[in-house]
Amino acid sequence: MGAWLTQLDPKFLELWTNITLHNNPVMRSFMVAILSLVFMLVVVLVVIWMERKVAADIQSRIGVYRTGGIFCFILQSLADGVKLLLKEDLKPKGADKWPYYVAPYLVFLPAFLAYLILPFSATWVPQDLKVGILFYSAVSAIPVLGIAMAGWSSNNKWSLLGGLRASAQLISYEVPLATAIIAVVALHGTLETGAIVQSQWQHWWLGLITLPSFLIFLVAGLAEVSRTPFDLPEAESELVSGFNTEYSGMRFASFFLAEFSASFFISALAVTLFLGGWSLWGIDTWFASHVLGWNTASWFGVNGQLIPASIPLLMKAFWFVVFLVKSFAVLWVLMWIKWTMPRLRIDQVLNFGWKVLLPVGLLNLLFVSAAAALLLGRGHSSAQPGILLGTPAAAATYSAPVTGGCPMLSPTPTPQGCPVMSPTAPPPGCPMYGMASKEFGHAQTGH
Amino acid sequence: MALRDFRIPEFDAPPVELPVSEVDHDTTIVSMGPQHPSTHGVLRLMLKLDGETVVKLVPVIGYLHRGTEKLAESRTYTMVIPYTDRLDYLSSMYMNLGYVWAVEKLLGVEVPERARYLRTAVAELQRLASHLLWLASFSLDLGAATMFIYPFREREDILDLFEEICGARLTYNYIRFGGVMADVPAGWVERVEKYLTLQEQRFVEYENILTGNPVFVARNKGVGYISGADAINHGLSGPTLRGSGVDFDLRKHDPCDAYGDVEFKVCTAPEGDCFARYRVRMDEMRESIIIIRQCLAKMPEGDVLAKLPRAIKPPAGEAYARVEAPRGIFGVFVASDGSNQPLRVRFRSPSFVNLSALNQMCAGGKLADIVAVLGSIDIILGEIDR
Repeated sequence: MGAWLTQLDPKFLELWTNITLHNNPVMRSFMVAILSLVFMLVVVLVVIWMERKVAADIQSRIGVYRTGGIFCFILQSLADGVKLLLKEDLKPKGADKWPYYVAPYLVFLPAFLAYLILPFSATWVPQDLKVGILFYSAVSAIPVLGIAMAGWSSNNKWSLLGGLRASAQLISYEVPLATAIIAVVALHGTLETGAIVQSQWQHWWLGLITLPSFLIFLVAGLAEVSRTPFDLPEAESELVSGFNTEYSGMRFASFFLAEFSASFFISALAVTLFLGGWSLWGIDTWFASHVLGWNTASWFGVNGQLIPASIPLLMKAFWFVVFLVKSFAVLWVLMWIKWTMPRLRIDQVLNFGWKVLLPVGLLNLLFVSAAAALLLGRGHSSAQPGILLGTPAAAATYSAPVTGGCPMLSPTPTPQGCPVMSPTAPPPGCPMYGMASKEFGHAQTGH
Repeated sequence: MALRDFRIPEFDAPPVELPVSEVDHDTTIVSMGPQHPSTHGVLRLMLKLDGETVVKLVPVIGYLHRGTEKLAESRTYTMVIPYTDRLDYLSSMYMNLGYVWAVEKLLGVEVPERARYLRTAVAELQRLASHLLWLASFSLDLGAATMFIYPFREREDILDLFEEICGARLTYNYIRFGGVMADVPAGWVERVEKYLTLQEQRFVEYENILTGNPVFVARNKGVGYISGADAINHGLSGPTLRGSGVDFDLRKHDPCDAYGDVEFKVCTAPEGDCFARYRVRMDEMRESIIIIRQCLAKMPEGDVLAKLPRAIKPPAGEAYARVEAPRGIFGVFVASDGSNQPLRVRFRSPSFVNLSALNQMCAGGKLADIVAVLGSIDIILGEIDR
């Protein structure tokens, strides 16, 4: 096996890669889509297996132990998938045909699309969009439509109730989720997911500021992916199976895949936005430069952007592993919550979302904005609401230019490669701590 | 028949007696069950929903009707005991006990001292097993899947103990006229004590997971309220009654077997909601352990079965016996014409009566509350439909 590979002309391989990946945008998109899909399916396989094993562990059971013994029984998920594929695709009598058939794909597709913006490792982003996180917000709103369609078209009152619950819940929790995301965007000053991670990588302490946002994101994220205690759309003890009650076969599997894929994605996104993504908060760079003796400075271009070719593949692979480990760790927490908590009631869920989580999220946004303005010199006239709402510290900086050469937007790593330990001096126009507190008093007397 | 209220006007002309206010287009009629994950068997609830709010609820029963009472009329007295096992299959010991006690009243037989204590001990073990299963299913109804497994794990130990004494794990047929089927095997008492010690530790685990859990409290506090007066008027019994603050427990007020000789307290909670019923059952399980310990300590040596003729022919007459089963008062009426078969057997089943208050507890609440309330009154369809 693999003999044909060795006989291939290396030049041909190089040519092929060049054509497919670098020079041909269509081919590249195609490859990226296939790779993302494969990654997602494999991840779902693992997530389902993990869910069952974690649940079993918490419940003092053994868990799945039949199929694929040499792979730690991970093949059980595959066997289940094959079984579902072979099942008959049923449509209930009186169901609304087209919405019923289309709904699973409307749920499945966004779950897969969202993976495009995940930074798996440095420079390994399937599609590093300028509007990265905005793309997620847009895409994550689509499944609601699919779920509502599924619930409506199934000609089943339980499905309908599930669909309605899902619409109410998912739309409500998108708002607090957005406040947490905006906080991150405000702090790091970019929408690109890759750049957000890079910013955390070079300034580890930024993660501390977004810690409350992380908790808000986690709670709202739990609700977004409908996991216990927010699993109301498919609360099996109340709504039989909720919106997917009438689905069978591969369409049911699509819902299922989307759900588990979303669970992983929300963990991966939490890691990306709050927990340093693929990075080890600068420890990795320090280790590479001080212990391994690598020239980490050469990884960066003149503007501080990463140069893909100059970073060793080993390093990228290591970061990829770090990313996976972190994501699965967060996912484990979600599972832990799921298998410990009872389920909330729909009115309690909505009350909590609108009356507790949203105000807290807004306050947190205020706090992070103030921190961004105070510590990083972010923002200009848009920081004025902060002043009005009683964070006079923000007043000191509201007139600072947007990209006033603040350290975050133009990371200039030191040759030692440990940017964390050696913050660059603030360029003119970027007030740092002392300056801000000096103007703090001024702002007060001035008003 | 109350079902008539739930005809859908589009498909069926409303019956004359249907109030005009019930026919509207803001509400939905939903059939919850008989095949539904949390109606505990084959209960069917006809719901009238306004969005998720329950306007009205009518239980429809009879899907598990097996005609036990009629069957009993063509069986000998002894042959009826296994039928009683299948009434409330989660507390078969109490079903046995109620029926056997009624027949013993007819016979006027004296139960040996050892058997009296043994009966009380296994009955309380049964209560423990039944309440553990309630705890499991109640938690699952609220969505706590892990707490579904933990009590089952401990219940297995009780079933093992039962298997040792009578060979069966669910339908025991253990309590007989004039005593019990057989004496306990060697070392059984020690194994019970070992189990009880373990169980006491496990209560801490349950309470850690549920009692202080904000989600659990939010789902139960103030849900499914029924006042003490209403509970009495509905004829409720068992933890459902005591959860409304009514201090009534047949083990105390009309004790059978050795209940009169042991010290225990009747557990009540005044709130009348799901959480109060949860509280009562959790406390009762601890009391059960106290009772079992006393019984096993006081149990004298001796026979476990009174001398009775092989063919049992009670003198003509009537007898009524009632015991405090885990779900409430289980009453048995037996009429004898002097033959070897009962003339009439009638069961008063606690779940059937407790179910009557369901509409009052659920109306005005949310759909999810039905599941919580149904779990908290702990119905068993086997005894409702009989």
